[in-house]
Amino acid sequence: MNSITPLLQGLDLACIRDDRSLFSELSFVLGAGEVLLLEGENGSGKTSLLRILCGFREPDAGQVSWCGGAISTSAYRANMAFVGHLDGVKKELTVLENLRVALALGQGNGGSLDAALARVNLAGYQDVLISALSAGQKRRLSLARLLVTAKCLWILDEPFTSLDKQGIQLTEQLMSEHCAQGGMIVLTSHHPIQLTHGAVQRISLSSCL
Amino acid sequence: MYAFFAIVRRDLRLALRKRAEIINPLLFFVLVITLFPLGVGAKPMLLQAIAPGIIWVSALLAAMLSLDSLFRSDFDDGALEQLVLSPQPLSVLVLGKILAHWLVTGLPLVIIAPLLAILLGLSAKTISILLITLLLGTPVLSLIGAIGVALTVGLRRGGMILSLLVLPLYVPVLIFAANAVEMAQLGLPVMAQINMLAAMLVLACVLAPWPTAAALKMSMS
Repeated sequence: MNSITPLLQGLDLACIRDDRSLFSELSFVLGAGEVLLLEGENGSGKTSLLRILCGFREPDAGQVSWCGGAISTSAYRANMAFVGHLDGVKKELTVLENLRVALALGQGNGGSLDAALARVNLAGYQDVLISALSAGQKRRLSLARLLVTAKCLWILDEPFTSLDKQGIQLTEQLMSEHCAQGGMIVLTSHHPIQLTHGAVQRISLSSCL
Repeated sequence: MYAFFAIVRRDLRLALRKRAEIINPLLFFVLVITLFPLGVGAKPMLLQAIAPGIIWVSALLAAMLSLDSLFRSDFDDGALEQLVLSPQPLSVLVLGKILAHWLVTGLPLVIIAPLLAILLGLSAKTISILLITLLLGTPVLSLIGAIGVALTVGLRRGGMILSLLVLPLYVPVLIFAANAVEMAQLGLPVMAQINMLAAMLVLACVLAPWPTAAALKMSMS
């Protein structure tokens, strides 16, 4: 997927919010084909850590590096995709129009949009407005966005929320395929995940104090 | 460059699908200007004399009222996160958003202004100068306003702070634009004021996207 071996590294990360230390001295190394699963109770800083990895927040201590360099570069952003609590789609646009915008912002992998939509069971919804989709269907659309852009690192915040059983299976399958192709994933989830590919590392944020 | 046009096209399409955003500032502009003859009374000479000020102050307020929609919906639905995470330079994307916003909220003001100028009794030559000042000035209002919106988009009630932040910065545009129209009414040369406005537009185009992008990144954390 990439000429240089991708490597995401966090060193001695700490996050303090409202004078409360959420986690500290958190370190990890994530290589190609690996999955990092963040666990912890509500308010333990899972989303904060993801936002640090996205570059939205500065860590209060420590640093995150991508292939040895800083993550504030466009080279990092060209390689990462983030699916958060908010879907990041415009509800006044159709499914296809939203995907086209995502493609214009990122870099396409040459795959067709229709094929990606069919993959996530949204075939036939091309010209439907987002406001007419259910929450689960919007989640599937964010999966389709991951499929059409050539991103190596997926950062997923609770990817299983509002998905049905098939949706969860589909997500797991897509994640396995992504790992098999040398991709890497950081995710938070309360749901136990079963992947056929990819070595799963677990970090429990509650124990990182 | 492709991403720039994709953003412009996306925002224009969005505006077409919720037309209230185009209509409201425009209606506000028309209403405020028609209120003046009602308030001042039937004094055509007085109205003619204060017309440049009336039109420009109304344009300023209409532009400011429309500012909030620039980043609000993108901030609320997470589209802004995706813009910030894009490998494309954020300042370029921001410029695309500002251009689309001006086409939707600023350009209609310029188009309707001649009608209102006739209402206030301006001559044809003065109206052409008024149009030039509006064409050069309203984009500057959008560009400067974008910095203020980017700073306040993360706040729950940013509306009041936004006007306090942005209105003082609009003063130079107001001074030169209203003065140019006034001079044109008196038949004096206006090239100097027009040049100043053009210079402000160029400066704002080059300089405003950077702080806007930086402020948006700050609003994300």
